[in-house]
Amino acid sequence: MAFDSFQDFLAMGGHAPYVWASWGVTGALLIGIVLHARAERRRLLRMLQRRHRRQAATNQTSHRTGGERHEA
Amino acid sequence: MPSIDTRMSEGRQGSDGEPRGGLLVAVWATLKRDLTLLMRRRSEVLNPLVFFALVITLFPIGISPDPELLSTIAPGLLWVAALLAALLSLDSLFRSDYEDGSLEQLLLTPQPLAMLGLAKVAVHWLLTGLPLALMAPLLGIMLALPSGSYLTLAFSLALGTASLSLIGAIGAALTVGLSRGGVLLSLLVLPLYIPVLIFGAGAVQAAIMGDGAAAHLAILGALLALSLMLAPWAIAASLRISING
Amino acid sequence: MGKIWSFIHKLGSPKWFYGISARLMPWFWTAAVVLILAGSVWGLAFAPQDYQQGNSFRIIYVHVPAAFLAQSIFVSMAVAGLIFMVWKIKVADMAAAMMAPLGAAMTFIALFSGAVWGVPTWGTWWMWDARLTSMLILLFLYLGVIALRGAFSSRDSGSRAASVLAMVGVINIPIIKYSVDWWYTLHQPATFSVTSRPAMPMEMWAPLLIMVLGFYCFFIAVTLMRTRSEILRRESNKRWVRDIAGEQG
Repeated sequence: MAFDSFQDFLAMGGHAPYVWASWGVTGALLIGIVLHARAERRRLLRMLQRRHRRQAATNQTSHRTGGERHEA
Repeated sequence: MPSIDTRMSEGRQGSDGEPRGGLLVAVWATLKRDLTLLMRRRSEVLNPLVFFALVITLFPIGISPDPELLSTIAPGLLWVAALLAALLSLDSLFRSDYEDGSLEQLLLTPQPLAMLGLAKVAVHWLLTGLPLALMAPLLGIMLALPSGSYLTLAFSLALGTASLSLIGAIGAALTVGLSRGGVLLSLLVLPLYIPVLIFGAGAVQAAIMGDGAAAHLAILGALLALSLMLAPWAIAASLRISING
Repeated sequence: MGKIWSFIHKLGSPKWFYGISARLMPWFWTAAVVLILAGSVWGLAFAPQDYQQGNSFRIIYVHVPAAFLAQSIFVSMAVAGLIFMVWKIKVADMAAAMMAPLGAAMTFIALFSGAVWGVPTWGTWWMWDARLTSMLILLFLYLGVIALRGAFSSRDSGSRAASVLAMVGVINIPIIKYSVDWWYTLHQPATFSVTSRPAMPMEMWAPLLIMVLGFYCFFIAVTLMRTRSEILRRESNKRWVRDIAGEQG
């Protein structure tokens, strides 16, 4: 352990603003990248599912109309 | 150019199909065609030179007319201004050929596109880089450039602008199909110009300090050799993308 | 040779890539999280402070990994571009498209942390230090690749143009780096450089190594994940993609 107390750790020997700014921005960007990638994937999957359901629905209706026509 | 002329006539006399020295004929024809075209549009040749002189005029006005201060920053100013002037002319390198369809014809020729592109770049350098290099000493006087560095300035610019034309042509070829490629072109090309700028301005600075600029000029030559080797292929690939896309 | 070829072409199939990446991704995510957390705790709290720079040297644990990654990502992007141009493998281009913004972000981290580090060491927010200058140029190269890809209306042309530019850039990066280094030593001979330091003790470089590895794993994991998304986007009309949507829905 390079520091005597938690206060010391936060103070970083007087360099706190620089160390924590660098680490903070890096951490925020890394987390932001992950969140963005996750949101992107979810959005795409939702979009694909919507399209899938819509297609399934149109397939069914076209089946049904086709069937009715056949009966008629 | 008697030797090329005789080979050209040999090429024409070549009886069946592909003429002998076909590549040389094609390169020579491209050179001649582009030179003629550009000589007819004089303003396109003159504009970069006027731009160069104008930018150099702006610096003493914007900074200070003090000759001592100007002489210390003159090598960098001259080089940066020349680099921007060369950049300015790049957009038109393939533009008119793209618009009138002759670039497509160039793609269809049996000769390698890289060599024909190289011919076009050579014309660009001959009518942009070389005049800029010849004009730079004149502007150097206006910036109180210390004596003893004028020859180095012209020579480093002549060598350097050749690399700039080659590298810039890649960017020009990539953006020729885009309607508003001008700003994008400078964004693509300027970072790649930095090594040439460093050694070009360094050469002039070394000449001023009396260190001898041979090493810098040698590196500029090496950069030119490298771009001569690699850039034509990149230009050809980029032209194909721009035409087919 | 035959094996390599079939491997390459398998890799080229988006479906195969989608499957294999799903199996690989958790490992890389786990490794990235564990390594970055371990490296951070070690580097921030346990590594001894530098005798010259005190605790401000702890910025090295984010600056150097980001700078490494910024350069490596550009090289990987160019390699992916080459694979795309030579073998027409679409997945390579999708990966390259996803790498560019990540690389730009890493370059930004390296630039930002380098600039902040400059305040306690040089007393100024910006110094035309060799490493910072080449990082800045690298950022412009990234922005150029991203802008060029976006400028084309046809995706295929944009992909091929971006690949060519990435390859041209990767040839230029070492030239730029060496010329900037040379320029810097010429103009600022006697400043203290933050990165070229005498041998570090093990307690200092071990966390750095861990952080670098963690960042690499992070890069691979993010690229795999986003490439998978890009596959879904570009292949959304393919049968197998629709089946995936059906299973999930």
